Amino acid sequence: MKKILALVLALLFVFAFGACKKNDADKPDVKGEGVMTHDEYIAADLDTQVVIETYVQAKQSWWEDKATVYTQDKDGAYFLYNMACSEADYAKLTPGTKIKVTGYKSEWAGEVEIIDATFEIEEGNYIAPATDVTAILGSDTLINHQNEFVSFKGMTVEASKDADGNEAPFLYSWDGSGEDGSDLYFNVSLNGNTYTFTVESYLCDASTAVYAAVKNLQIGDKIDMEGFLYWYEGVNPHITSVKAAG
Amino acid sequence: MSAAKKCLSAVLAAVLLLSVLPGCHGSRGLPDFEVPESFDTEKPIEITFWAKNDTNKTQTSIYNRAIEDFEALYPNVKVNIRLYTDYGKIYNDVITNISTGTTPNVCITYPDHIATYLTGANVVVPLDGLFADPTYGFGGSGLRFDGPDADEMIGKFLDECMIGGEHYAVPFMRSTEACYINVTMLEALGYTLPETLTWDFVWEVSDKAAARDADGTYPANGQKTMIPFIYKSTDNMMIQWLAQRGAGYSTADGDVLLFGEETEDLLRDVAAHTGTGAFSTFKISSYPGNFLNAGQCLFAIDSTAGATWMGSHAPHSDISPDKFVEFETAVLPIPQADPDNPKMISQGPSVCIFNKNDPQAVLASWLFVQYLLTNEVQIAYAQTEGYIPVTRKAHESAEYQDYLSRAGEEGELYYSVKIAATKLLLENIENTFVTPVFNGSASLRDAAGQLIENTAKSVRRKETVDDAYFAKLYDDVRSLYRLDQLGGRAAAGREELGPLPKMSVCLLAGIALVWVGMGVYLLSDRIRKKKASSAPKP
Repeated sequence: MKKILALVLALLFVFAFGACKKNDADKPDVKGEGVMTHDEYIAADLDTQVVIETYVQAKQSWWEDKATVYTQDKDGAYFLYNMACSEADYAKLTPGTKIKVTGYKSEWAGEVEIIDATFEIEEGNYIAPATDVTAILGSDTLINHQNEFVSFKGMTVEASKDADGNEAPFLYSWDGSGEDGSDLYFNVSLNGNTYTFTVESYLCDASTAVYAAVKNLQIGDKIDMEGFLYWYEGVNPHITSVKAAG
Repeated sequence: MSAAKKCLSAVLAAVLLLSVLPGCHGSRGLPDFEVPESFDTEKPIEITFWAKNDTNKTQTSIYNRAIEDFEALYPNVKVNIRLYTDYGKIYNDVITNISTGTTPNVCITYPDHIATYLTGANVVVPLDGLFADPTYGFGGSGLRFDGPDADEMIGKFLDECMIGGEHYAVPFMRSTEACYINVTMLEALGYTLPETLTWDFVWEVSDKAAARDADGTYPANGQKTMIPFIYKSTDNMMIQWLAQRGAGYSTADGDVLLFGEETEDLLRDVAAHTGTGAFSTFKISSYPGNFLNAGQCLFAIDSTAGATWMGSHAPHSDISPDKFVEFETAVLPIPQADPDNPKMISQGPSVCIFNKNDPQAVLASWLFVQYLLTNEVQIAYAQTEGYIPVTRKAHESAEYQDYLSRAGEEGELYYSVKIAATKLLLENIENTFVTPVFNGSASLRDAAGQLIENTAKSVRRKETVDDAYFAKLYDDVRSLYRLDQLGGRAAAGREELGPLPKMSVCLLAGIALVWVGMGVYLLSDRIRKKKASSAPKP
């Protein structure tokens, strides 16, 4: 009898937990006291202190107790650059983890980010779905999705030229000066416009599927991609997955 | 136990202690390198070269070509290259690989970093013996290429690779910093470009350029974005400011003098002109060249080795072509405190050799390093940026002089801003300086830049920047970079080890007791025998 009761309780717990997680994704974010909404964050002046609650989407790097992390809540994204973080805490920042961040809003080469930040882990979990921004590539509204997890559909691989003028479907580093393990740069086009996308080697190193997939690209391939909408002197998506256009 | 056995036990104990003690107190590492009598041209030797490039394909091509040519001269040697674009990453990887005994054979690096490598025993090869070797040294009879003689190396640059009285590297390329100026904008603001920039001039013009209309537009450029003065390397900014005033930075032994009144003078200027919107840094805003080329910066200070990214017709750029504006670019030395006595930093890659068990591998590394100093490599690499070769042999060659004379001709090779930056350094070699190198000097350099970065950020964040702020800033930065632990005992390879650990004291005391015991035993034994021999025989 006790065993049956224990089993029922365990099952109830599992279903309740699952329901909680589902609710996290469905219901709007309710921010804690003193915490900005995403709209308030966007409206905040540069170089002012910001306090946000957000969810880890991907980790880019950790070095000397500083972490660089892509995060997002249900209303928009926040790029956390060199946030104070121990190696042990970095291990806890798995995708979906909710964190409260206090730092300064800043802009570097067009990329709006939070720097000199600290964080604490909170209860909650959320993974953002990829927003399809293919239709607004090249438009002024694209920047409204800066740092979000996004997708691009049906783009065509174009030739990249290295510093010597040689054509290739991708380059190691921006001018072909790198080697295996360096950032990968490749050009893709849509409706006659060509854009440069990147596999950032700290975010996705040479052992990842996306790195291998880009190395296998051929000029003329039609592909779908997902990644984070990073900015460097203009849009510079950091791609995390590539597959043949569906 | 018999007396002989006791004596034997005591000796064995002493031997055991003596053999264990050095092991406890740290390993000596690899054996000292000694130049072999001859280079073995039959034995296959593989060496690894960790190279740094400026994300520049021409530079990587030059490295690869140098390796091919060297391997053709020495077919038994294979050189494997690993490319880096960042000195800091090389440094971190070397530190990691020292602990595992997997350092590269040859590595491009900064002397500041070598000073840290030297804290390991016999990790980096001292080069003076190799320099002077009649067969394989500079201009040696056994070389299969036309390398520079010792007197063809530029002494000032070679001296920069000296740590604790010995050379631990050779210079590979040298650069300095330059101020890239939008002359068109400067003149539109009512100023004439002076022969030498002073800090006062740069601050004054920058403040004027930072003035905005009511709608947020800058009359200086008609745009909504303008940062008149951007400095790429704020550590250099602080170091050169202090050197120009004869103010303290550090002693040769590693005493930190950075936190003085002159430093605060610069920080107050930084605070004031950050407040007017006249000044920012690479770390806060982005590359100076991107703003300069878009007509959003008046004075952009960056390395001469970044010259191909500067100017309205820069061959390299991160901004899209539609953002470029047309303007005249001038290249001058950085602002000076005393125009009659200019001072500017000497920087650029040097090459060190890591010690290995096989002296033939070390000798092969040295031959390759010397090959990097041949005119073929020196001139080709120097032409990729505003670098200068480190040998007089290259400077005086007809090929190099021809290159310098062709500034402004068509093509990237003769890009005028790059050649102007090169000439700037060639004309100022004697006005360059370097900071003392010791274990910890890399941290001190970081701290110098951090003071400027923090001050500028604090002003932007509207924090109060006053005496109390600077006192706290000094404490914070000292603590962050552990500068209090440097003191005057950080001279590379000469670091005092401090008091012995208790265990070592105990072991040493044990040895002393054993020796005293042995002495007492032998003495008493001798006295006993003497007494016995002098006693009347029965």
